[in-house]
Formats: sequence, structure tokens, C-alpha cells
Amino acid sequence: MYAFNYHAPKTVRQAASLLAKNTDGKVLAGGQTLLPTMKQRLASPSALIDLGHAEGMSGIEQKGRNIVIGAMTRHVEVSTSAIVKNAIPGLAALAEGIGDGAVRNRGTIGGSLANNDPAADYPSAALALNATIITNKRKISADEFFQGMFSTALEEGEIIVKVSFPIPSKAAYEKFPNPASRYALVGVFVAKKGSDVRVAVTGAGSNGVFRSKECEAALSSRFNARALDGVKVSASGLNADMHASADYRAHLIPVMAKRAVEKATAK
Amino acid sequence: MSAKTGVGASVLRKEDFRFITGKGQYTDDINRQDQAYAYFLRSPHAHANIKKLDVTAAKKAPGVLGVLTGDDLAADKIGGLICGWMIHNKDGSPMKAGAHPALAQGKVRYVGDHVAVVIADTYQQAKDAAEQIHVDYQVLPAVVDMNKAKGSPAIHDVAPDNVVYDWHLGDKAATDAAFAKAKHLTKIDLVNNRLIPNAVEPRAAIGDFDSGTGIYTLYTTSQNPHVARLVLSAFVGIAPEHKLRVIAPDVGGGFGSKIFIYAEETVCVWAAKKVGRPVKWTADRTEAFLSDAHGRDHISHAELALDDKGKILGLRVKTKANLGAYLSTFSSCVPTYLYAPLLSGQYDIPAIYAEVEGIYTTTAPVDAYRGAGRPEATFVVERLIEKAARETGTDPATFRRKNFVKSFPHQTPVIMAYDTGNYTASLDLALEMADYKNFAKRKKDSAKNGKLRGIGFSAYIEACGIAPSAAVGSLGAGVGLWESAEIRVNPVGTVEVLTGSHSHGQGHETTFAQLVADRLGIDIEAVSVVHGDTDKVQFGMGTYGSRSGAVGMSAIVKAVDKVIAKGKKVAAYALEAAEKDIQFKDGRFSVAGTDKSLAFGEVALQAYIAHKFNGQDLEPGLKEGAFYDPTNFTFPSGVHICEVEIDPETGVTDIVKWTAVDDFGNVINPMIVEGQVHGGIAQGVGQALLEGAHYNADGQLVTASYMDYTMPRADDLPSFNVGMTNTPCTTNPLGIKGCGEAGAIAAPPAVINAITDAVGHEDVPMPATPYAVWQACQKGARKLAAE
Amino acid sequence: MASVTLTVNGKQVTATVDPRTLLAQFLREHLHLTGTHVGCDTSQCGACVVHVNGRAIKSCTTLAVSCDGALVTTIEGIGTPDNLHPMQAAFRENHGLQCGFCTPGMIMSAIDIVNRRGNKLDEHTIREELEGNICRCTGYHNIVKAVAQGAAAMN
Repeated sequence: MYAFNYHAPKTVRQAASLLAKNTDGKVLAGGQTLLPTMKQRLASPSALIDLGHAEGMSGIEQKGRNIVIGAMTRHVEVSTSAIVKNAIPGLAALAEGIGDGAVRNRGTIGGSLANNDPAADYPSAALALNATIITNKRKISADEFFQGMFSTALEEGEIIVKVSFPIPSKAAYEKFPNPASRYALVGVFVAKKGSDVRVAVTGAGSNGVFRSKECEAALSSRFNARALDGVKVSASGLNADMHASADYRAHLIPVMAKRAVEKATAK
Repeated sequence: MSAKTGVGASVLRKEDFRFITGKGQYTDDINRQDQAYAYFLRSPHAHANIKKLDVTAAKKAPGVLGVLTGDDLAADKIGGLICGWMIHNKDGSPMKAGAHPALAQGKVRYVGDHVAVVIADTYQQAKDAAEQIHVDYQVLPAVVDMNKAKGSPAIHDVAPDNVVYDWHLGDKAATDAAFAKAKHLTKIDLVNNRLIPNAVEPRAAIGDFDSGTGIYTLYTTSQNPHVARLVLSAFVGIAPEHKLRVIAPDVGGGFGSKIFIYAEETVCVWAAKKVGRPVKWTADRTEAFLSDAHGRDHISHAELALDDKGKILGLRVKTKANLGAYLSTFSSCVPTYLYAPLLSGQYDIPAIYAEVEGIYTTTAPVDAYRGAGRPEATFVVERLIEKAARETGTDPATFRRKNFVKSFPHQTPVIMAYDTGNYTASLDLALEMADYKNFAKRKKDSAKNGKLRGIGFSAYIEACGIAPSAAVGSLGAGVGLWESAEIRVNPVGTVEVLTGSHSHGQGHETTFAQLVADRLGIDIEAVSVVHGDTDKVQFGMGTYGSRSGAVGMSAIVKAVDKVIAKGKKVAAYALEAAEKDIQFKDGRFSVAGTDKSLAFGEVALQAYIAHKFNGQDLEPGLKEGAFYDPTNFTFPSGVHICEVEIDPETGVTDIVKWTAVDDFGNVINPMIVEGQVHGGIAQGVGQALLEGAHYNADGQLVTASYMDYTMPRADDLPSFNVGMTNTPCTTNPLGIKGCGEAGAIAAPPAVINAITDAVGHEDVPMPATPYAVWQACQKGARKLAAE
Repeated sequence: MASVTLTVNGKQVTATVDPRTLLAQFLREHLHLTGTHVGCDTSQCGACVVHVNGRAIKSCTTLAVSCDGALVTTIEGIGTPDNLHPMQAAFRENHGLQCGFCTPGMIMSAIDIVNRRGNKLDEHTIREELEGNICRCTGYHNIVKAVAQGAAAMN
């Protein structure tokens, strides 16, 4: 790691002002991606603004027909939350599948969304559930928030404070993990709310999380796993690497979507 | 001596207490007063000439004590790293070995090659300073593909076509004659994938120099500290052996990768004197990926000749073996003498001919990794046998049974003389444990659920107990491969066992104590095992090649027998009887036909107080040493059966059942032996399903972290059903064969034979990742449709 | 430099450290608690797992300063050879370790699994839950048995 100055603000406001003063600074949430990156000297922020001690950034509550999760809420809290399990079990299950137990004890939802790793799990949930990302400055819809690999609508000095998930009628996530990293090689989150069906895909796209129009079209007429029989997803724009070709990823998208729908429609 | 701790009992391990409470002492846990830290600047290029290396700015950086390069090594007349086994070409000429300096001298040959070392007060300072070293590289083309190495730019001037050797074994004419008679030929092309050993403890070293005594001390993660000292003294020229102490404390796994003498420990111990401070280096995981010696990496074509009854007439094999950019310590013998002599497998094959080309590439050096040559041989034999059975419409178990060696001793056409075995017994037990007779029903059930089920066999043999010194000397080894032991009995009768074997997970502190306590009839708690320090143990060849039981413990037994013999002399004086009348049994020396006896501890005391005998007639004390040189290799064998279920929609392979039946001869501690089997299978399954080192065309290692190199995890593996048969080895005093590598040797062909059975064709590579198996399923479906 | 105060294995420690000091480094180099090991750079091997405020975390992927005020428990804090924690005893009794390097992290993770998932753990659950701990020696067979036995014994 390169040297940096460390700050542990007590409030979001303090954090924002520190971020404004340290233009090369970075926000430290759970650190599960940022710290390994810094250890490899692939990132060299002049300052780290650690949100771990900032008040009011963690917690889960139901507000009307929305589940609102504080940005510093750890994955373990989402995965074990009775509120989340009751309202959006697919989201709790997704959180349960992120990294491993020790990573889930540390990693946060806000950190995952702000980083927008193209193979991270949470972006698919935010996009499919049509979440709203609430920052210290404004509210951003998921459709606008994700702007390609490692890129988001967050502006300089902007910090995610909360994420609000509208409660769907049915939702589930299915991940096909990269055998080595266990990140999503293809992860598909399906959600149905009223007549609106959204299918978000992570891991597969060369430009980060995206919505599968093919799967959404098939499921909009009938939210049933069978509706996806014969659905083909184009391999264009998908990642290809030693672990999987674009064709294989394209093949896996409807397969994972089907399995997600089966989960969402079970019981 | 209780039956609970005797030979054959599953005694819980003595060493565990420190490991489970965090009190183990691994190299990186050791800190020397005032130590400095080393950081190695490594080549970012696979192949380049160093036009200019400017370390001026780095030397001035904060905290820096020294920046050393290959020029400094040369100025100090520090020699290069060596390869300890000379291989000769078909024409009798010696192999072409290029120089291997610990720090680059004018050229770098793989990504991760050592360009310079920075030594500073802190690791961060050393790393920071390394960024200020300016290197002007003239980049040369990478040589990654073995098939294109000939004709690529020479990596070493001595080997202009990048061929290290062109070696062969066996009788070509006899093999050609056998093939001419054949009624059926089975042919196969195989790639044995390159692996990265990945002991969870990364390599580490601390070099220390005492200017008062002129003695160097090296703490290092080594499987064989004495061999390290020998090489660093006699060949590299750090210091003569009596001025160099090498300590390998607790070592966190080795699997072969910690046998070798590497650049980093060489530099740390040399630099300690230069900077006047102890120098510590600990690899991070990416450095381990880049610079630990890798394993396997063969391309082979093999052919089997059968008569009209399905009996094997002959085998021929042509293999290209990737040796990487430099010849690592034992690299040259792995794809030759540790490989081709095993090509007879468990089978009676009248004629075998093998040709092996060792190839230089611009990749990390390749050397022994768990099994070392034997997994590669077994993969060739067992894939070929399975395919031959399928082509001739024979049940794979029946085909094997028909061709097994059935009478012993058996001389193969490729050096090895098997002393004993009962291959049919292992196969029978494995078939029963695997419930083979109901497999067809299980396959049908899987098909109903849209799954493909397959079953695969692997009847392996390995050669352990490495090795008779004269024999390996005649084959080119630079050292003898005996083992030494010393039994020090203390005056109160407690015992220290000093062994040249080294434990890095194998549990020697327990097994060796168990053996000695059993032989001496004393409590296991009265025995402690000392290893891993050249100042304490006189000499040793270390632990690899499943040799610590068959060779290391044989040396211990020899020394124990000498202690008992001396004890009888002491007891004779003490009991005022004739020496010939003294018997030793259950920990007591007694006079035959009388009730006079002394316990082992009492005799030990008599030996040291020396009141009852004349020191001129009998030397006081009770301490004996022995060197044991084996008379033959040992031949563990067994049958593993893997059953898989494949999801054709995703390509995911699930190992639903693993049956292992091994014949290791006599077993001292079944719990530890079974543990070795489990670990070996996991590494073999890793090779078959998960692991593969991948260099891109530019020679960059793509799989340089756990993000891309798939390590077997708990949820990748099943529990294993382990059974054993026993035909005691006839060539060592304990009847032990060795167990450390069996699983890694047996597993890969069992897995691939199961997957190829499931998908219905032979075209499945290792590692059979979901992506690869999905492709194989697509091909299988196309094949079915065409039929 | 930054100041950090932790309670490690029941003992309060305050130190001034370079902010880039990882918790693993702090434990090993400042407190000489070398039972916590480092086996990788990418937060995957789990050799460095310790408990912070009762939860397993990877101490190689956590800054020491981030843990200011926290309770930290390492392998040295859960039992001694004369008074083993039930999970430590289970690892020994089931031969759940060979070289021992991954073992401290494995045991700390195993205790966390029991804390989260209870005392009755089936093989499938244990294998899934051990995703973040890599062992190269045992093939996991005996680790899985050890965790099941240790979990039951923690009841």
C-alpha cells in the first residue's frame, strides 16, 4: 500500500467535507475490494475517509412499500434481517451468497454499489428491483446510477447514505460463480412488481450490470420458468475470458434466469 | 507401551497442540533483532535483455540499506542455482543447461524473474525504493507454447533450439515389433495441465550473519534443510558447510515446491553479511504464483497395442515436458526418471518405449509437485487403458483385471522391478465399496433428472521410497538418496529421535515417536522428534517422494536396533549376566531364565553413570546413529473410482462418490495415512476439475492470484471413502511403501474417465471446468444426434 | 501516524501506527500474536481470520485503525493446550489439520459458523460455510468432521 492520511468522521456531513478537501481521497466502507486493490498498489488514494464510525449509516427498516437499507449495513445484516427475509427474500439470499462469511461480516451494500464491480451481486438487485440510491445530495434511480464497469452516477463529494428497494411481488437471484474468485460469472436477478418484470444481469456484461430485454420480454407475458424455454440471449457485448466465452455466458443467462424464476415462484 | 499408541494405532498428533493454539513457529513468525526487509524487483517481461539497470536513485531512497544486482553476485563470486540431476540425450550427450543466477545477469527469462533486490529498514520502504530502479529492457519474443519453442528465439545460448534434452527409455525395436503384431491400436493425445503448488504458507527466508563467529544462519521454508545447506555451500558458494546453519522450522505445506533452492533465500543469506543486518523476505501470494516452481505441464501422444483377446502387447509414448525458463533443482529428472519408468502401471506390458523432450519456455521453472512424474505417467496409462476398454467393448474393470501383473517380483521393461502387490484385491474391494454393480441403475436415475452420470477408474502405481543411491547415481543423480537418523537416549530414559526427514504437515513428531516408543517399549510421551536444523541433525535428504516412512523410518529402526544392542551390553554388566543371555522385550532387559531384569530407563541410567562396567571395555552413554540406503524403490498401488453427475445445462460436475483403495504395505498410523490420502485426492481433483496455470501469448501469468487460479475449496469436494489392502513391502525392514502422493497420482484419470464416460466421448481437457464440460456436453449431444 | 486502541484477547492495547497497518500486521508485528497467518493478498485464503466484536473477519483486509475501540479475539485468545476450546479439541481429535498453517483461521471461522448457524451442522452446510478458508493439506474431509463435532461440543 502507498501511504495515505486516515480520517474517521463521525457524521456523513463531516465525511463529505473531508472528501471535498481531499480530492484524491477515497471513501472506505467495508474495504473488502478497496483494501486488496490498495495492497496491490493498483489504487493510491491520498486519504481514506472511513465511514465505519459515522452515525446513522447502518440499519434496515421498512418504510411503506419500500425496504430502506443504510449504506454501511453489512451483508450479514441484510442476509439475516427478518425484515428483508420477509419482504424481499431474494435480496437476503443474494446477500447470503456474497463472498464468504468473513467478507459478509465486513462488506457493505453502499460500498458494493459505489464500486459497481461488473461481477458484484448487489448491482443486479438494485437494477432489477428498481431501487433508489439515496446520497447526501440527491436520489438516483438504479437505471441512471449504473453507468458501466466501475462507473456510477456519483459525483465528486457524493456519498451513498441509503438504498431504498420497492418491495416486489416476486423476486429471486441465481448466481453462477466464477470457479476461482466466486464472483458472479453470470448472476441474474429477476423481479416482478405488478405487471413490471425486470431481469438484471451481472458478471456477464463487458460494461457492467444490464437488463436482459430478451428475458424480460419472455417473462412479461408469463412470469413462469417455462416462458424462458428457447429464449436466446445475444453474446455480443458479453465478457470473454479464460473462465468463460461470451457464448457460454450468453447461454447461462436464460438458464440462471429460469432457475431464479423457479425460486421466485416456488411455494 | 499401550496398544493405543503402538504401531498400527491411530494416535492423535503430538504436534497439534501448538498449531491449534496459534503457537506454531513458521519462518515468518521469527524475527531477528534489528532485521531488515528484502523486496525483489521482478521482471514484468517474459523475455528481455537488460540494456541498462540503474539503481542509483533507489540506493538513496529513505531507509534503504542496499540495492543488489546480478553484478554484485558476480563480483562476490556467488555461483548460480543448480540442477542436481544430469540427463543424457538419446545420443549420449549431456543435457543443455543454461546458467541460473539468483539475480539476473543481462537477461530476464520469465515474468517474475529476479532483477534486483532492495533491502531497507521496512518492507514498504524497500518496495517504494524498488519503484525507483530504472531498467531499460530490450523486449524479446515470449516462448510460451512448447510446440513452437523450436525456432523461437533462444532463451539460453547453450540451447539454441530451446530443447534441454531429447531423452528416451525402453526398447524401441521390441516395441515396434509388438505394434506390428497388434490386432487393435488405441491412440490418445493428452495435455497434462500446468499446476501451481500453493502451499498455504508462502515461501519465506531470513538470512543472518554473525560477524563474531563468521557463521551464517538461514531460516527458510524448506522440505530439506540439509540439501539447501549443501547446495548453498558447495555450489553457490555462500560459506562452507560448517559456517552455514540452515533451519527449517514449522513449514506450512510443501508438496514439492519447498524442496528446491530458490533465488530468494540465496540472496537473503548472502545479503545479510553485505548489509550487516539480518534480512527477511516473505512472499506475497502473487510472488508465490510467479516464482514458486510449477508442476506437470506435459503434452503427450500415446499408443497401446492389443492382441485379439484384449491383452496388451506394447506401449509407446512421446512426451514434451515444459521445464520453464531455468532448470530448477530436480526439474530434469521429473519428466524422465520419475515418469517413464512408471509407464507400465499395474500392467504386464512386454514392450514399452518412451521419448521425452524437455523444453525451455519463458515461464516459471517447472519441477516436482506432489507425485512428480508419476501422476503424469498414470494419467497417460489410465486414460489410454480406459479408452482401450471402451474401444474393445470391454468393461473397464475386466479389461484391467485381464492385464494386471499377477506374479511378483515383476520386472517391467522400463527399469522398475515391482517387489510385491495384489492389484486384483484392491480392484475387488474398490468395486464393492463403490457399489459398481448398481451403477447402471444410478445412471438411469440421473438421466431421469436430466443429469449425465459417469464412472471412472484409476489403477495407479507409484515408485516411492526414493531411492537406492547407487541406482540413482547411475541414472544421473548428483546425490545419494539414503536417510539418516540418530537416537539419543537421555540418562533417565527419555529419547530424542533426530531425523533427516522433515515434517511439513506429515505428522512425523507423532508417527516417528510411535514407532520408537513401540520398539523400545516406552511411553510415547518419553519420545520427542528433532528435525529441520542442520546444527542438530547431522545430515538428511529431507522429505519428498513419499520417502519419510520407507526410508526415514527405516533409518530410525536401524538406529533403534543399535541402541537395543548397546543396551544389552550395558544390561549384561548391570545384571551380572552374559550378554548372550540378555533379552529385550516390552521395554525391559532381562536375563533369560531368571527373574532379573531392568527397565529401559534403568539401563539408560547405567549406561551414563558407567559404574558397573569399565569404560575401556564398553563406551559409556547410549546414543546411536544410522544411515539407511534402500535397496529398491517401493511400489504403493491402488484403485480409485470416481463417480460424477454432470448438469449438461451448465457443465457443472458434481463428484457424487469417491472410492479409494490403496495398498501402502504396513501402516504405522492409519489416521495420518488416511489424511494423506484425502489431501492427495483433493489435489488430484483440483488438477482434474479446477486448477490450471495459464500464461497468455506474451508470457504474462493470467492466473497469478486466487481470483483466477481455482483452489479446491470445501464445497468443491465430497467426503472420501477410503479402504486399504496390504501386501507388505519386501525390501525395507518395516514393510512400508509410502502414502504421501497416492491420491494426487490416482485422482486425475479417475475424474476424467468418469466425465468422458458421462459425456460419451474422450475429448475432455483438464481442468474440466464447467465451461469445458459444457462444451464437451454440446459435442456429446452433437455426436449422439449424428449416430 | 494514527492512534488505535483495541482490546485484544481481553487485554487493552493502545498504539500509534502507520494508518496502512493491516489488523493482521498489527497483531503479528506489534503484538507478536503470530498465530494469525497471512496466506494470500486477495482476501480468499482465510488464514488471517480473527473475531472483531464477536464476528469473524479477514484481518488482512481490515485496517487496524478501522477497528479502533473494538474487541478482537485471536486464536491465542480462545484456549490453551491445557484448556482447549471445544473447536480446537475437535480439530485435533479428528485430525483436521496437517501443516497447521490454515488452522487458526479455520478454527476462528468454524466458531463463527457455529455462532451464526447453530450447533447442529450438516456436511453440506459446513462445506458451503468454509468457502472463505483454503486448506491445501487435508482435502477438507477431516475438517468437515471436526467442525461438526466442535459445533456439537460448543452447545
